[in-house]
Amino acid sequence: MRLEPINNPSLARSLVPPTIALGATIVFASLLAMVAGANPFSVFGLILSGALGSKFAILETLNRATPLIFTGLAAAVAFRAKFWNIGAEAQLYAGALLTVLLGTGLLPWPSIALLPTLAVFAILAGATLLLVPALLKTRYGVDEVVTTLLFNFIFLLFISLLLEGPIKDPMGMGWPKSARVISEARLPRLVDGLRLHWGFSLAIFSAICIWIIQTRSTLGYEMRAVGLNKQAAAFAGIPVNIVLVKTALLSGGLAALAGFSEVSGLKGSLTLDLSPGFGYTGIIVAMLALLHPLGVIVAALFVAGIFVGADSMSRAADVPTYLADIMLATALLFMVLAIMLTRFRVVRD
Amino acid sequence: MEIIEILFAASFWAAAVRIASPLIFATLGELICERAGVLNLGIEGIMVAGAFAGWMAVYSGTGLWMGVCVAMIVGMLFGTVHSILTVPFGLSQHVVGLGVTLLATSSTYFAYRLALPEVTSPPKINSFQPFEIPILSEIPLIGPALFLQTPFTYLAFALVVVVAFVLYLTPLGLAVRAAGENPAAIAAQGLSVTKIRMGAVIVGSGFMAMGGAFLTMSAFDSFFFEMVNGRGWICIALVVFGSWRPGKALLGAVLFAAFDALQIRVQQTSFGSQVPYQIFLMMPYVLSIMALVVMSRRAEVPAALMVPFNKGER
Amino acid sequence: MSSNLVEALRLTEITKRFGELTANDAVSFSVNKGEVVALLGENGAGKTTLMNILFGQYTADSGTVSVFGQTMPPGNSRAALDAGIGMVHQHFTLADNLTVQENITLGTRPLFNPRLDRVSARAKIIDLSTRFHLLVAPDARVGNLSVGERQRVEILKALYRDVQILILDEPTAVLTPQETDDLFATLRLAIADGLAIIFISHKLHEVMTIADRVVVLRHGKMTGGVRIENTDKHALATMMMGTEAIPPQVSLANPGASLLELRNLTTPNIGNMPGLKSISLALKSGQIIGLAGVSGNGQASVAAVVGGVHKPDEGQLVLKGRAVQKWSPRDAVNNGIARIPEDRHKTGSIADFDLTENAILERYSTAAFNKGGWLNWRSSRAFANRIIEKYDVRCPSADTPIRLLSGGNMQKLILGRVLETDPQIILANQPVRGLDIGAVNYVHSQLLAARDRGAAVLLISEDLDEIMALSDVIYVISDGRISPGFKRGEMTPAQLGIWMGGQGFDRTVNHAT
Repeated sequence: MRLEPINNPSLARSLVPPTIALGATIVFASLLAMVAGANPFSVFGLILSGALGSKFAILETLNRATPLIFTGLAAAVAFRAKFWNIGAEAQLYAGALLTVLLGTGLLPWPSIALLPTLAVFAILAGATLLLVPALLKTRYGVDEVVTTLLFNFIFLLFISLLLEGPIKDPMGMGWPKSARVISEARLPRLVDGLRLHWGFSLAIFSAICIWIIQTRSTLGYEMRAVGLNKQAAAFAGIPVNIVLVKTALLSGGLAALAGFSEVSGLKGSLTLDLSPGFGYTGIIVAMLALLHPLGVIVAALFVAGIFVGADSMSRAADVPTYLADIMLATALLFMVLAIMLTRFRVVRD
Repeated sequence: MEIIEILFAASFWAAAVRIASPLIFATLGELICERAGVLNLGIEGIMVAGAFAGWMAVYSGTGLWMGVCVAMIVGMLFGTVHSILTVPFGLSQHVVGLGVTLLATSSTYFAYRLALPEVTSPPKINSFQPFEIPILSEIPLIGPALFLQTPFTYLAFALVVVVAFVLYLTPLGLAVRAAGENPAAIAAQGLSVTKIRMGAVIVGSGFMAMGGAFLTMSAFDSFFFEMVNGRGWICIALVVFGSWRPGKALLGAVLFAAFDALQIRVQQTSFGSQVPYQIFLMMPYVLSIMALVVMSRRAEVPAALMVPFNKGER
Repeated sequence: MSSNLVEALRLTEITKRFGELTANDAVSFSVNKGEVVALLGENGAGKTTLMNILFGQYTADSGTVSVFGQTMPPGNSRAALDAGIGMVHQHFTLADNLTVQENITLGTRPLFNPRLDRVSARAKIIDLSTRFHLLVAPDARVGNLSVGERQRVEILKALYRDVQILILDEPTAVLTPQETDDLFATLRLAIADGLAIIFISHKLHEVMTIADRVVVLRHGKMTGGVRIENTDKHALATMMMGTEAIPPQVSLANPGASLLELRNLTTPNIGNMPGLKSISLALKSGQIIGLAGVSGNGQASVAAVVGGVHKPDEGQLVLKGRAVQKWSPRDAVNNGIARIPEDRHKTGSIADFDLTENAILERYSTAAFNKGGWLNWRSSRAFANRIIEKYDVRCPSADTPIRLLSGGNMQKLILGRVLETDPQIILANQPVRGLDIGAVNYVHSQLLAARDRGAAVLLISEDLDEIMALSDVIYVISDGRISPGFKRGEMTPAQLGIWMGGQGFDRTVNHAT
């Protein structure tokens, strides 16, 4: 078989494959639900109601989406330049670490000054962390997939080390957790009395900023050029290595904001289980969004909904929550296949 | 010095070989994929799936070797998914690989929860026992390391020889090496690039799953979450370190495992017990990154690695 | 030639479409044993497509191929190989990491047979190598071989498989005139052995030398099938191009000041590519300097230095009288050097970018298109539209992805974006490779016009005809060394060929001692 490019895909052609991808995911998940001994319809119903069925559920979904928007943006920005940042998990914790280091009393400032400061330092921490793999790639040609992945393990061990030692909460009754950040370091609630916090708005705002940068700024143009054809970009005079480093700084900073948001807006302190894999899930979000910054918002909401819904479904229907992860993995794989089929025709040869 | 004592204990090298065994399988598997031109980032997830599948088969009553076969078949299934998407359809090997890792890992955890819903501590199986080869195992220092291991480890060594033989001394191996360098050469000689690349990925994935199965059927004897813990990614570094050659990959795996065994023992020395254990746990990953940096200068990368082949592309 | 004509191959009504493009339109011809049939046509005429169908890489939409009377199953390279069809591709299909012998024996034994049979394979290779004058070392790593040697390996691949019908796709594009003579000698030995040969080319004088019959393709259709005795170059040119396309007139040059000089430039070897060995060259205003040579002899290094991609380690680059300290692609562009890269797909353009984005690729950071880090898409689009109109780039709009354009139109956009800045120095690296005759003439006329306006043009090309037609001064590069400059009309192709093969340099050395 051979792949032949389609020059002007019709709108129908562009929509059919992703729809089929979504359908295939649902069918596959239904089969698994049945294997688990549950009724697929009730399973999906429970997921839906768990995600959107009540005010609490919706807010929980938005909450869960907040860090995913940040890590999704981090992945989307990096992947567009073909810089495979798989280390968002570590960068997230780096941002969380700085938030806790500076926010537990070291800087006794009012919120209006403290919060932006914490955010900036979080960004710097994440950016610096990703700088090492980025420089290893530009100077030594070391593939960033493996280095960023390995950094996740290294950095998490480092966090564990800190939590059991230097930054351990003296009033924490022996649990490895940091002290709580001061109240001025807490992102205020968006809706009084409920858990949704300003981190969500910050996430939306970041997505819009990234979109503007990508379509209208010089850096965005350079990032897209480098990602599409590094050789042509270099020949034309685009400083490829500098662009890759800038991309890494931006990506690392975005992922770190997820850590800042979770500590300052939600949890209030740093623990080892701050992130149940937000860094990795962000990659799925980015791919589902086709690397489009505004699409990341939609995809993050979708993914968050699936997870929140699956949590609640699992308690009710006795189907393991991992169904959500399986659904996302299959959705991702079907999606990339579907995207390709909108652009290419399969020809028998 | 205590370290010298450790290095000259036969038990140390025996441990190193034991720790290296799962890495050998998985590194060989990834090496085969990459030689044919396909980066398989599904390795981490496939190892998880293999670990569970083999263990589950034995837990359900089959023999140990049957368990190994089951693990291999499960690995090959995921390899089929990966290769269909990356080879004939030419999708991004990074995305598909990560997707397969996620799929394999989550399917495994899902299946585990379904199969054993109420367990708090993971149940054990009767794993492979060491099989002593007489006389040879008496050789000082390396005797126990090489000749007092489980049959699963002996299989790992045998596999290195088989893979090297096939790769360098058979027409099939020649085709695989050409496919990763210039697939047009393969097509021009009337061979199918698709079949060769898919075959390599499927077989390689089978080996990766066997590496995972080693963890549950020989190293530990039960399955628990997070047991693969990044070994798959380390094997990707080991392939580079071994310059895509089976012999050197074996050497790299053993050296790496030796370092890992060393850090476990150093933790227990008078000096080591003063250092936080996390530092020791970090060492394998840091070492892998260093290995990558060292090898980056002299990399003999297969030229067509990660380049999809579209027949007659104009 | 034998009077006993055995038909080896017959193509009947072969038609192939790619979307809206009809690459082959009801093409029919036959080839006999011991005969050389030349398949003549300009770039884009459908020659390679036709041969790919023959070789089983593509399936024809209609029509049949039969070998010695047997109809071939379509789209099956294996069957083609087994039937005795062998092809020497224009872009070599060799694996650099394997030896000559390994490349030749690849796929010749069943994959699941564990034995390679190296001893008998080696013997057969050496035998064929001697018989057909294709000398190579069986254990040499292909990655270390020169272009000429690689082609010998490609031919040996076919001979090893007992080829009956040998197809050669533009084989002389990468050879010196002397190597071309050697190739023809090999082909004559092959014909005497009974082989049928299809020789694809767009070079009339070669076709006249080697072919018994000529089949001419134009826009996918067959416009002629004649015996060599019954035709001449003019008739063939007309069949190939419609009316005999007239290349642009070349007026006498009026060289002015030296704009760019390379002085004692030395660069390191990169893998197989030889570095420059203390070369000196001056580009003068109003002059076209042609750099002739077989690919892989250092042209890429010269282009890299002039184009700003590589900063010379030893020696100097003197730009308008001043030695260059800081050098990068951007510096080159800012100093008025227009670069037309060797490969418009790989280095010249970004396929998924539209025409506007490609138009500003070199100058997106200049004030014309950029303000404080934000792009001015309006002025960019206006620039693109100006190029589209002035350089006749056929496209739906400035927002079309450039990959949808034909090669010629893509090259015109690239040409336009660099010429619109009225550059003083132009680096044209294989500027017409793969283009049809209309586009070729257009590009050449633009280069000549630029020269007449006072620009210095450095033309790098593997096509000796192009170099000789356009250049005011010709330099030959071989293994990183540069010959003396030869004025227009001073040398014949054969004489240049001696330099291209490296012998000219040795003679001068001997003279000096």
